[in-house]
Amino acid sequence: MGTITALPREVLIKGGMLYDPITRESRKGDVAIKNGRLTEPGEIGADKAKVIDARGCIITHGFIDIHAHFREPGREDKETLATGSQAALAGGFTRVCVMPNTDPPIDGPEGVRFILERSEDLPVAIHPVGAVTKGQRGKELAELLEMKAAGAVAFSDDGEPVQDGQMLRRALYYTRDLGVPVINHAEDVRLRAGGVMNEGALSTRLGLPGNPALAEASMIYRDLLLAEDTGSRLHVPHVSTALSVDLVRHFKERGVTITAEASPHHLGLTDEAVRDFDTHAKVAPPLRSEGDRQAVAGGLRDGTLDCIATDHAPHTVEDKEQDLIQAPFGMIGLESAFGMAHTTLGQMGLSTEQVIDLLTSGPARVMGLELTPLEPGETAELVVLAPDEEWTFTREDIHSRSRNTPMLGMTFTGRVRATISRGSWFTCR
Amino acid sequence: MSEPTVSLRHLLGLEGVSAQDIQVLLETGFSFREVLERPIKKVPTLTGISVVNLFFEGSTRTRISFELAEKRLSADVTNFSAGASSLSKGEGLKDTIQNIHAMKMDAVVMRHPVPGSTWQLSQFVDAVVINAGDGTHEHPTQGLLDMMSLQEKFGRLKGLKVGIIGDIAHSRVARSNIFGLITMGAEVTVCGPGHLIPPYIGELGVAVNGDIDEVLTWADAVNVLRIQRERMADGIIPSVREYRSRFGITNERLARHRKEVVILHPGPMNRGVEIDSDVADGDQAVILDQVLNGVAVRMSVLFHLLGPRESEGEPPLHPEEET
Ligand SMILES: [Zn+2]
Repeated sequence: MGTITALPREVLIKGGMLYDPITRESRKGDVAIKNGRLTEPGEIGADKAKVIDARGCIITHGFIDIHAHFREPGREDKETLATGSQAALAGGFTRVCVMPNTDPPIDGPEGVRFILERSEDLPVAIHPVGAVTKGQRGKELAELLEMKAAGAVAFSDDGEPVQDGQMLRRALYYTRDLGVPVINHAEDVRLRAGGVMNEGALSTRLGLPGNPALAEASMIYRDLLLAEDTGSRLHVPHVSTALSVDLVRHFKERGVTITAEASPHHLGLTDEAVRDFDTHAKVAPPLRSEGDRQAVAGGLRDGTLDCIATDHAPHTVEDKEQDLIQAPFGMIGLESAFGMAHTTLGQMGLSTEQVIDLLTSGPARVMGLELTPLEPGETAELVVLAPDEEWTFTREDIHSRSRNTPMLGMTFTGRVRATISRGSWFTCR
Repeated sequence: MSEPTVSLRHLLGLEGVSAQDIQVLLETGFSFREVLERPIKKVPTLTGISVVNLFFEGSTRTRISFELAEKRLSADVTNFSAGASSLSKGEGLKDTIQNIHAMKMDAVVMRHPVPGSTWQLSQFVDAVVINAGDGTHEHPTQGLLDMMSLQEKFGRLKGLKVGIIGDIAHSRVARSNIFGLITMGAEVTVCGPGHLIPPYIGELGVAVNGDIDEVLTWADAVNVLRIQRERMADGIIPSVREYRSRFGITNERLARHRKEVVILHPGPMNRGVEIDSDVADGDQAVILDQVLNGVAVRMSVLFHLLGPRESEGEPPLHPEEET
């Protein structure tokens, strides 16, 4: 629950702890914002300023999500850049990289410019990801250089893997000097077959087509070999299996410059969520076994995986009230990301600061984005977190246009109290 | 003495159904079996109860068996059959659910190609839901009639050694048999081509053995699954010849085993593929008993899910509304 409004002229965040993910230092102190910029607390009138009581809270850099689907253009009934931005802000995010599997896909500079123009005045910064191939069909290389020049921060055919190894190899060579990653949704579609959930004891019980862990791992293995071969930047999205974590670790040890992400739902849920044939738990790659879940969390803990990314994938009610075979893959994730990640990684022994790193400096490094320093004079790009607050995730917490998530009713530890970004703020009731 | 009752509201699968409930369903099945042997086979148990048979997948046998069971119990029966085409036209589950709701049916017997569809239906309608086969998930009344046939033949299920032969991966019959038989204390071994045995099947409490002759030596009874012709068209099973020689229940193969292994088949049979005609029609087969037991055990299921409520003096499921 919470509201998104224009940022007051003066805001004072009192009594909290400031954590800077750039320097990785914490200090006690009030944070003052005047006209959207950080300033010294003495610079604002204590009586006029809006005051946030931040006792017990951590104030830090706004989160960065490098993997979201905002469905504009083409499926504005599921999400738009505007509604997605609201969801992002409510989740503590101030920047979002949007995937190009829209209708039409973002596969040229016009599309990239469209996204940037449409998001100019939004409360979060939107960074477009361009398609690797024209129409995301995997047949012809898209205009990667023009898209980069227009502002694309990465390339991906996400939603569908680049099946053709030669195509991906060419894309990697072609982008080697650009310094931006190619992101390949890693699943061998033939091995995945018609899998709608993780292949395991539960899929066997339910008689549902299973998607084996090796469908992901074998594709990741191929992609990592291509990254090593080309020397280009490859980023592995939504790693979901223990096998995949091992592979990424192995190639990092070999010195290959790869990065990888994990999604909150793979940290906090297992295939048990599909037990009652819940289409909201149908996601690609699927929710896996408890062993996989722990391995992915372990990968974030030891640095094998670089960041958390939501894979926020809105779908309509009608889409998700179909049966499990017909319903599309994906769940929304922005509003629940911090709660879910902080809760499950906290149980694995990670500190709140480490979780913050995985949502700020980690994703920034992957995408080559600069964090905004938490210094007077800089733009206020902040999130206020209550790390000890227990809360139950409900429909009222959802700001997305869609509400497809299996997490409703879950209790999390750690909540976003406020987000300040680009002249707007979200405050939690 | 009061009638034994079951703790189930719906019959969606045999997974999780208690041994006691299965026992009651089978025992009542045997009582109805006697009714079916009488000259007048109809009882008034479900008079005034409306049942719809909703078949989204062709299955003459199961539909007729349910229909017969319903009519023998004097229920009002409505049939709705729609091929997969109506599903692809977008007749989604939601519409089905709402239609059932609007029609104020007391019970829905549903066959649907998607696993879990009957479970989803049960979440949204007031009616009792009976799963007549949901994709590759479960076919609980088939599991019950198979157990009834075994019980009839051996007088027990506990400790019985049962082989399930064929395409385990795509078989709802296999799953319902496994869940039911394991609950009842039987031992189950699955046997078939390696790629049609799900890799995690052992976690359901069964043994896996790819050698049909070893399974026949071990088993008291084998349940022979139908091999779908599509598996051959897809190139998943190389040939009838190879399947028959490696996994087929042939006369020569049975002759090599001294023991009289009881043969079950859920039908419809591919004679000459998974089972020889001579075997299917021979003394070891109980395939026709299965058909009769199917009607009896479906009567039992309908009786327990729909009948006892009224005999206990509770109000009818849908009292007449004042207008
Ligand atoms: Zn993806």
